[in-house]
Amino acid sequence: MPKVTYVSDEGEVRVVDSAVGDSVMQTAVRNGVPGIVGECGGVLSCATCHVFVDEALLDRLPPMTDLEDEMLDGTVVDRCPNSRLSCQLKMSDELGDLRVTTPEAQE
Amino acid sequence: MSDTDGVLVIGACQAGIQLACSLREYGYPDPITVVGAERHAPYQRPPLSKAVLHGETTPGALALRSEAFYADHGIALALGERITRVDRSTGVAHALSGRAFAFGRLALAVGARPRRLPVPGADLGGVLYLRDADDALALKHALANAGHVVVIGGGFIGLEVAASARRLGHRVTVALLEDRLLGRAVGEATSAFFHGAHTRRGVQVHLGVQPVQFYGDDRGNVRGVELSDGRHITADLVVVGIGAVPRTELAEQLGLDISNGIVVDAHGVTSDGTTVAAGDCVACPPPVDLPDLPARIRFESVNTAIEQAKVAAATIAGRPVPYRVVPWFWSDQFNLKLQVAGLSSGHDRYVLRGDPEMEKFAVLYYAGERLIAGDFVNRPADFLAVKAALAGGRTISPAAATDVAVPLKKLVLT
Repeated sequence: MPKVTYVSDEGEVRVVDSAVGDSVMQTAVRNGVPGIVGECGGVLSCATCHVFVDEALLDRLPPMTDLEDEMLDGTVVDRCPNSRLSCQLKMSDELGDLRVTTPEAQE
Repeated sequence: MSDTDGVLVIGACQAGIQLACSLREYGYPDPITVVGAERHAPYQRPPLSKAVLHGETTPGALALRSEAFYADHGIALALGERITRVDRSTGVAHALSGRAFAFGRLALAVGARPRRLPVPGADLGGVLYLRDADDALALKHALANAGHVVVIGGGFIGLEVAASARRLGHRVTVALLEDRLLGRAVGEATSAFFHGAHTRRGVQVHLGVQPVQFYGDDRGNVRGVELSDGRHITADLVVVGIGAVPRTELAEQLGLDISNGIVVDAHGVTSDGTTVAAGDCVACPPPVDLPDLPARIRFESVNTAIEQAKVAAATIAGRPVPYRVVPWFWSDQFNLKLQVAGLSSGHDRYVLRGDPEMEKFAVLYYAGERLIAGDFVNRPADFLAVKAALAGGRTISPAAATDVAVPLKKLVLT
């Protein structure tokens, strides 16, 4: 079972087991990890699941769609090169464990 | 009844679960029970008209929280229990099963039910409504064998089902009484766009008509519809999406004020001064200051369910904050993402940004110089810029907004 490590903007760490097929956003929301809202449920409508992905893992991630790219332009905390919307990061055994940092605010 | 009996939330839905979660977040110490009529673990509804029908997900994958979350946060779920009677004097809510739930304080997140079509033949097999997970599974099953799907209603449910059915390769006809699609949700230009977009994708749209009767075969299954303009159309499956009616029965028993929904104040408190309510069942004061808004509005959206639930929870937890938000919602139809921010009903002009022909545009609504709302089709960054501007009480020059070369975010006046 892949694990997601969530690091808050203040450095607080939570490690959560993720079900294969669940997104990093769903894993956070279902388990009460603060810092990720995911209001729209994962359909690229709200941009409240913004995360910064550990740089070393960036290459392993699925490519970004145009829609995700455009939504990232409007996040509350400005995007960085390692920004993703965590609803688009589906956990799998191939992807393995992930480590993400949540921004100071999502909405 | 005692305070230590805790809070009973009636409705294990988006609003009900949010209310329970927010109570814990705000430090509420006493027991919390959420009781819901459905047997499914509490789930998200929006995918029911989209991804579930396409087969991209299943209701079982839509859980709002994990089982461990509820246990860890001391939130007791009682599923498959429909509350039919609430006795305020004893502080007990009674379920159809006979089970009784004691409460110190009551929160109503009872939702709404689909408005029924009162015409002959509406009870035939194959005339379906879509509200909950079981409805979606029944509709998905029926779609597998449907040649011609007739959708009654041109709101979000109707158009999302129409788009899903068309994507699955069915013939689809949409018939609605109103003179434009999505009339309650978007402005006229956006309605006209969706009319064209559905038509281009092969959906037949008939405006200004309603069913007079449905007729069926000798096995009791629907085979056709007679419309009010005299037209007869064949149908293997009819989906009725003509709005929802708030479930107010329990509120009536409690003697609460009702006016197209359970009346609440800006803190989510009903007319008895103690019961709170949130979500689709609620008629609340407008959450924004704009001229010409009605005294109360009933919304049906995820954002409203979540934000009203937070407000109600804050009230119970003794740290009240009023319901003040920029309402927003979205819809996905085919490859079209519609996002709407704010309330456009009081606008006196609008500007168009981008080209509807390219299926990528925004409509910004103004009251004088003040930006009050926007409809966005496949322009997510514009949507987020306007949502943030509205939340901050800022505007965007209407003249500058038409230049799509400049990101809208850069045009927000501070």
